[in-house]
Amino acid sequence: MPPHAVTFYNALHQFMVARREQSGLAEKTVIQVGSATCEKAAGSEAVMKEFSKLIRASGRDDIIIKQTGCTGRCAREPIVGVFIPGQIPIKYERVDAEKVQTIFHDHIIGGQSVPELVLDKKTEKRYDYVITVCSSQRCRHAESDPEVMVAKALKATGIEEGTVRIFGGGCFGLCSSDKVGKQQVMMIFPERILYSFGTQEQLEEIIESHLIRKKILTRYQTKADFITEQFFSLYGDVSFFNKQTRLTLRNSGLIDPESLVDYVMNKGYEALANVLDRGDPNWVIAEITTSGLRGRGGGGFPTGTKWKNAITYTNDPIKYVVCNADEGDPGAFMDRSALEGDPFIILEGMTIGAYAIGAHKGYIYVRAEYPLAIERLEKAIAKAKENNLLGNNIMNSGFDFDVEIRLGAGAFVCGEETALMLSIEGKRGQPRIRPPYPTESGLWGHPTVINNVETWANVPTIMLYGAEWYSRIGTEKSKGTKVFALAGKVVNTGLVEVPMGTSLRDIIYDIGGGVPDGHQLKAVQTGGPSGGCIPAANIDTMVDYEELAKLGSIMGSGGMIVLDDTDCMVQTAKFFLEFTQSESCGKCVPCREGTVRMLEILERITEGKGELADLDKLERLGKLIQKSSLCGLGMTAPNPVLNALHNFRDEFEVHITEKRCPTHKCPQLIKYEIDVEKCTGCTLCARRCPVSCIDGTARQVHVINQEACIKCGECFNVCKFDAVLKI
Amino acid sequence: MDAKAHKLDHDIVEFINQCREQEHPDSYLIAVLHKVQNRYGYLDKEHMAEVAQRMQVPTSTVSGVATFYHFFRLQPKGKYHISICLGTACFIKGADKVLDAFRTELGIELGETTADELFSLDSSRCLGVCALAPVVLINEQVFSKVSAKQVPQLLNKVKEQELV
Ligand SMILES: Cc1cc2nc3c(=O)[nH]c(=O)nc-3n(C[C@H](O)[C@H](O)[C@H](O)COP(=O)(O)O)c2cc1C
Ligand code: SF4
Ligand code: SF4
Ligand code: SF4
Repeated sequence: MPPHAVTFYNALHQFMVARREQSGLAEKTVIQVGSATCEKAAGSEAVMKEFSKLIRASGRDDIIIKQTGCTGRCAREPIVGVFIPGQIPIKYERVDAEKVQTIFHDHIIGGQSVPELVLDKKTEKRYDYVITVCSSQRCRHAESDPEVMVAKALKATGIEEGTVRIFGGGCFGLCSSDKVGKQQVMMIFPERILYSFGTQEQLEEIIESHLIRKKILTRYQTKADFITEQFFSLYGDVSFFNKQTRLTLRNSGLIDPESLVDYVMNKGYEALANVLDRGDPNWVIAEITTSGLRGRGGGGFPTGTKWKNAITYTNDPIKYVVCNADEGDPGAFMDRSALEGDPFIILEGMTIGAYAIGAHKGYIYVRAEYPLAIERLEKAIAKAKENNLLGNNIMNSGFDFDVEIRLGAGAFVCGEETALMLSIEGKRGQPRIRPPYPTESGLWGHPTVINNVETWANVPTIMLYGAEWYSRIGTEKSKGTKVFALAGKVVNTGLVEVPMGTSLRDIIYDIGGGVPDGHQLKAVQTGGPSGGCIPAANIDTMVDYEELAKLGSIMGSGGMIVLDDTDCMVQTAKFFLEFTQSESCGKCVPCREGTVRMLEILERITEGKGELADLDKLERLGKLIQKSSLCGLGMTAPNPVLNALHNFRDEFEVHITEKRCPTHKCPQLIKYEIDVEKCTGCTLCARRCPVSCIDGTARQVHVINQEACIKCGECFNVCKFDAVLKI
Repeated sequence: MDAKAHKLDHDIVEFINQCREQEHPDSYLIAVLHKVQNRYGYLDKEHMAEVAQRMQVPTSTVSGVATFYHFFRLQPKGKYHISICLGTACFIKGADKVLDAFRTELGIELGETTADELFSLDSSRCLGVCALAPVVLINEQVFSKVSAKQVPQLLNKVKEQELV
């Protein structure tokens, strides 16, 4: 078969390159401003306006602004990147109109970066060089920590301290297995030269040549995949990103999500072109199977097997692919960021999947609550159609495929695949019994492959770099990376993408920056309402499907909520159960009624009316619901409670026997008392108490009438002398 | 509201007609209801009846779908629709207290609208901006890291705008 699609792709690529050259972008200074939902909430639009104003005022036409998706650094938003040709890229954090002024005048016009505003490291100094060295668990050098090795080499070669910044980077599957532990990879900025070295001596040789004699030592230079170079050169300068391995999010925060030029320039659609020209759908399925990719929507079902099932059991000519972007887990925003940051990668992934199973129609089911993601998807679909990347005869290959967006309407259960299909059909989204699985009988009775956003986003990358490469990243049974939405009591909230097998400790401390305000880590919640809390003692657990399951939690879709010593486990369990209870579709009794009963018991406990026997009741009821519910919602609804009971039973018991909430989170179990030593008798609390249950006259110690107190906390909040105690 | 307001706008009728020409026309019901709610703020009984008639599906199907999905409102919204995210991260960061503050300040419960039709109060599932928790959405605008203490201020600001 003549290579129609590759010819098409080459022409497309050339066209895009020409467009880019015409714009003279390579010589231009680029100011990148985040424009995802979260960035907008943090004020990025004002920042964008301010920059435009300054550029106009300066009369310079070699400075441009680009919007980009979420880099995942939510706590530091808005983030602004400044890319000046030939210089180390700099990212600034929490930029506002005033900081825009400084950045523009000092850095963009004056050429001097503003260290005190730089993301993460408020460095006092400007560095001459930045060295990013791969220090992932997997290939950690046998001899010693690579970061230490580099530091040693700098010292040995007599380089002045403080002129070079060192970072440890994440795994990119760069080293083939025979080199693991023997070879190390590093990149030196600003030249962006990638070296590989085996020994301390070689390392010193490189540093001496590059940093002192200013000569690139070609002998040790190495070629990396595009994806590695891209990551190293664009993210390699910020510590938050370094333990990360960005595969599915590799474009998020880098490219303009609405620009097909940007996507194509970053290898977009190359995978599809290769797939179409090879003309062998079975090979695609085999590659996906070999890669070890498993579903990222929560269940972890092998994706290759799912695709194969869709062509094994029937020869129905009509088939569908569906992207599940319902993202209902109440602590998750991975899929939203992916869609807002890089919509084309999802379209490309779906097109490849459709080709593999022979589908000609795809649906993306998105939550209506994600307006920006919907808008970006709509634009991406329109652009792909305009450029013959969707529709009939894609890339002149003869393959037809079209995608339509369908909106959810706020029902968590519609994330479940059988419910989701009914919802696409325009009906009430109530799950049905499986089998038949969607791959046998899906949309309108035809075989349908449903995959999660992140699963689809992995597909082009696997097809581009190969299954073997992909399977080098991760653990034995969990391959590749996983994106987590890190939130709760952690310094760096945001999105992180890490290789499977990364420890929770690395995620929470190295990437997340630990627990803020001097508090102690108590537990890590994964899997949202279907998962559980992993106690702090298990912080060294590796993130992979099996390891998390062993601890009674699940990988889930990627919500990761950090809880500290001020969080009440009973409340947390109750919160999740309230969620699933209110989302139960009501079709089957155990889920509909059972969750209500469990919730009643939990409510009693948080109100100080529980009995010890309630704990056994909770367990029995929970197990019953798990066993007898129809769909995944009911089957997993008791998990957060059962898991909390297992790991934090003593906390439940204190609520029951001592009628006390150790973290003061259960309002009914809090007691307010006035400290006789501290009370000045200012009368403020008595005047503010909504039920007038505080007695006392001016300049006399006040007393709370416990019987009448409704525990509203007003007195505690208003007392200026800290005289009201919360017990 | 005048009687005319109960007739669906021309472009929505047009959209329904287009849907009817597609494969699986009934599957567009949710999309149509989204359009109706977008325009009028909620799903009025008569609008739903018109949708049913134009799409040629039973009225019971339309109301069945409308009541199944939380996103659809069957009552008008206030001019300022306040939606408090009660997702996990927001909860952990104290969204329940923020909600209580709104309840007390406005004197209404979740799902209700104030007598002057200025404010309505709702909770939402995760808005996906967990990192900025707790989050409150007033119409289209996102307010991040809201504390219960800021609530009166926030409402005053909105009311002031209203007077101008
Ligand atoms: C109650 C419930 C909610 C779910 N929500 C989602 C969701 O929001 N996104 C998602 O991708 N999968 C969700 N799933 C899992 C889907 O049913 C399905 O397994 C998944 O989309 C398959 O894609 P994957 O193999 O790529 O993970 C949910 C399952 C249940 C039981
Ligand atoms: S388990 Fe719950 S959500 Fe699932 S079908 Fe039964 S009632 Fe509906
Ligand atoms: S507000 Fe504080 S100091 Fe004043 S009367 Fe009450 S407890 Fe005493
Ligand atoms: S908690 Fe509320 S009700 Fe109780 S004493 Fe204080 S102000 Fe009064």
